Amino acid sequence: MPGNFLSTRFDAMLAWGRKFSLFHYPFVTACCGMEYMSAACAHFDIDRFGAGWTRFSPRQSDLLLVVGTIAQKLAPVLKTVYDQMTEPKWVIAFGACTVSGGIYDNYAVVQGIDRIIPVDIYIPGCPPRPEMVLDGLLKLQEKIKTQGQVWRWNKKTS
Amino acid sequence: MEQENILTALRTAFPEAVLDASVPPTDPAVVIRPGDLAAVMAFLKAEPRGYSMLLDLTCVDWPDRPDRFEMVYHVFSPASYKRLRVKAALPADGPAIASLTPLWKNADWLEREVFDMFGVRFEGHPNLCRLFMYDGFEGHPLRKDYPLRKRQPRIPMRSTP
Repeated sequence: MPGNFLSTRFDAMLAWGRKFSLFHYPFVTACCGMEYMSAACAHFDIDRFGAGWTRFSPRQSDLLLVVGTIAQKLAPVLKTVYDQMTEPKWVIAFGACTVSGGIYDNYAVVQGIDRIIPVDIYIPGCPPRPEMVLDGLLKLQEKIKTQGQVWRWNKKTS
Repeated sequence: MEQENILTALRTAFPEAVLDASVPPTDPAVVIRPGDLAAVMAFLKAEPRGYSMLLDLTCVDWPDRPDRFEMVYHVFSPASYKRLRVKAALPADGPAIASLTPLWKNADWLEREVFDMFGVRFEGHPNLCRLFMYDGFEGHPLRKDYPLRKRQPRIPMRSTP
């Protein structure tokens, strides 16, 4: 048989496509943004892993990168941005402040963004090194690869 | 020497208002009666004193003192390159003092910050509302008796394991 075709499961192919085309929305509020820029630009270059497209519209992105301290004042904004994103969507908590509130255990700061929105990958560090960001990205790709692929037309809408 | 001169000038011009004056190792400081703040600051800003720059304006909460809220004003004279600190103690119950917005425009946001964090009212301020915290926030978070772990979220928080 001539080797001109490839057999696979549709879900596996979909997962492969999804994990290498992460359009990310950078929700950058604080100093971790510097490490995000470093990770995103030429030196560490997350584009090597298919996450190079930065979309500044939540409606066009499927990975929400929450980078930096989230104040209570900002919480409704982050929730709105998350709600505007279309399925499938993933969230990375980038840095100690988004993971747990970090050093800011006070009246003004949300104690971890998982108090507002669900989070897939937590990257601790103040700030995390770009290598850790890349590691987190690879772990997210692994998760996308192994998780069930949700279909828009599989969902029951009545 | 010049630093003591400004303190002497203040004592001469406002014998009633100046409660205490000192020259610590840093900048000279003067403690005044709160009611005379506007007159003292106008005097300092005018020539020949020339303290024409309001560097900062803040408040300190001393919970054990009867006059609990101490306003601190930092002024700077660009001509003589001298700084001066002016303090005024306000009572714990309903602290209020004259606004400096007629003298310095930057006092506007600084006073709004102090109002937000300490609840000091500034009489004559054009728009005395919170600067940092959101509408619906109750209390003044930099007061020493504000509960350390009190949270006032704007949206319902998810419960996390």
